[in-house]
Amino acid sequence: MLRDAVLVAGKDLRIEIRSRVGLNQIGPFAIAVLLLFGLALGPDRRVLAPASAGLFWVAVLLSTLLAVQRSYAIESADAARDGLRLSGLDPAGIFLGKASAVAAQLLVLEAGLTVGVTLLYGAHLSGALVLVAACAAGTLGLAAVGTLYGVVASGLRTRETLLPLLFLPVVAPVLLAATKAWDAALAGTPSHAGGWLDVLVVFAVLYIAIGTVAFGPLLEDG
Amino acid sequence: MSTPARVLPQDRPAALRVLGATALVGVVATVWLGLFVTPPDQFMGNLVRLLYIHPPMAWVAFLAYGVATLASLLYLWPRTRAEHFDRLAGASAEVGVVFTGLTLVSGSIWGRPTWGAWWVWDPLLTTTALLFVLYLGYLALRRVPGEFHVRARRSAMAALIAFVDVPIVYFSVEWWRSLHQAPTVLNPTTHKTYVHGSMFWTLLLGFVSFTLVYIWLMAHRYRLARLQDLEDVEGLEVALEERRAEGDAG
Repeated sequence: MLRDAVLVAGKDLRIEIRSRVGLNQIGPFAIAVLLLFGLALGPDRRVLAPASAGLFWVAVLLSTLLAVQRSYAIESADAARDGLRLSGLDPAGIFLGKASAVAAQLLVLEAGLTVGVTLLYGAHLSGALVLVAACAAGTLGLAAVGTLYGVVASGLRTRETLLPLLFLPVVAPVLLAATKAWDAALAGTPSHAGGWLDVLVVFAVLYIAIGTVAFGPLLEDG
Repeated sequence: MSTPARVLPQDRPAALRVLGATALVGVVATVWLGLFVTPPDQFMGNLVRLLYIHPPMAWVAFLAYGVATLASLLYLWPRTRAEHFDRLAGASAEVGVVFTGLTLVSGSIWGRPTWGAWWVWDPLLTTTALLFVLYLGYLALRRVPGEFHVRARRSAMAALIAFVDVPIVYFSVEWWRSLHQAPTVLNPTTHKTYVHGSMFWTLLLGFVSFTLVYIWLMAHRYRLARLQDLEDVEGLEVALEERRAEGDAG
C-alpha cells in the first residue's frame, strides 16, 4: 500500500513540477487572496496583524480547493482515471498518494503564505514549532478530506460547484483549530495551542482512516 | 399518443392521511395552547411562546439526521443493502434540512429580543448553521443524476463523511466559545425549573406533533422518490413503445 502511495504521489508531483500549474496558478491565486483581504480590512496593521492567522488559513482552504480540483483534472485527460483503476494499485495507496501530493504542494504554498502575512500584514512570527506542527496536521486533514470529496465529485458534471459546497463546511474545524493554534503561537503563548493541535491531529487521523477505507468503492463508481 | 395510466402502488395510503390529519390537529393545538392558554413567562414574558415550537423543531432536525445516517449505514452494509434505505436517507435528510432552517429562523427571532442580536456565536447555533450547509451539500450531491446504485452508494458515503464531522464541529466550536465567552446565554438547566403545568404539556404536545409532522413529510417524500424512480423506468418503456408504434405506422 505504501509503495503504491509513493508511486502515485511521485507521479502527481512530477506532473506538477513539469506542468507548473501549481506554481503559475495556485500560488498567484493565494497571493491575490492575501491582497484582497488587505483591501477588505484596510491598511491598518493593528487590524491586519491580529487577523493574520485566520486570513492565512482561509487562503489555505481556498487554495486547497484548487489543488484538489487540479489533482483530479490530471486524471480526467486521456482516461487516466481508468488507467489508474486498471493499474492494480491498492485504492488505499492511491488515496494516500494523491492526498500526500496535495499536502506537499500545500506545504510549499503555506511557506510562501507565511512570508506573505509577515510582509503584508506585519504578523510577528514566533512559536515556530507550533506553527509548523499546525501546518503539518492541518494540511494532512485538509488534503485527506479534499482528496476524498474530490473523488466523489470528480466524475460529475457539476464538480466545480459541488466540491466547495461539500468540502468547506466539513473542514470548518480545521480552520478553527489551526487559526487558534497560530493565534496562540503568534501571540507568543505557544503553550495555549496544545489542545487545538490535538483537534487537528484527531481530524487528520480520522479522515485519513475514512479515506483509506472509502476511496476504493468511490473510485470504482466514478 | 398519451401515456398509459397505470395503477401506481401505494398511491396515498389511508394510514398516511390519518397521520397527516393527526399531525395537523396536534400542531394547531400546540399553537392554540402556546398562544392563548399558557401564561406568559415571568422572565421572558410572551417570548416564551416561541419555545413551544423551537425545541421541537430542533429535535426533529437532529432526529432526521440521525435517521438519515442510520439509513445510509444500512445501505452501505452489504447484508442490509436495499433501495428503500437510500430513499429513506434522502427523504429524512431533506426534511431535516427544512427543520434546521426553521430552527435557525425561530431561534433567531427569539434571540433578537433576548440577546439583542439576530445571531450570536453560540456553540449550538454555530454547529446548527454548519449542519445546515453540510446537509445542503449532501442534498446537492443526491440531485446529481446517475445510475441508482452508484448514486446511492456515493450519497451514503457522503452522508457518513459529513456525520463524522458533526461531533468534531460541535466540540471545537464549543471549546472556541468557552475560552472567551462574553454574553451570558440562557442556561437551559435553569429555565427548565419553571416549565410546569400547562407550559409543560404544551411543550410535550409540541414535541409529539412535530415528530408526527416529520414522519408524515418523510413518508410523502419517500413515496415521491419511489414514484420518481418508477417514472424513470416506466418512462423509458413508454418511449420505446411509442417509437416502435411509429416504426410500425411508417
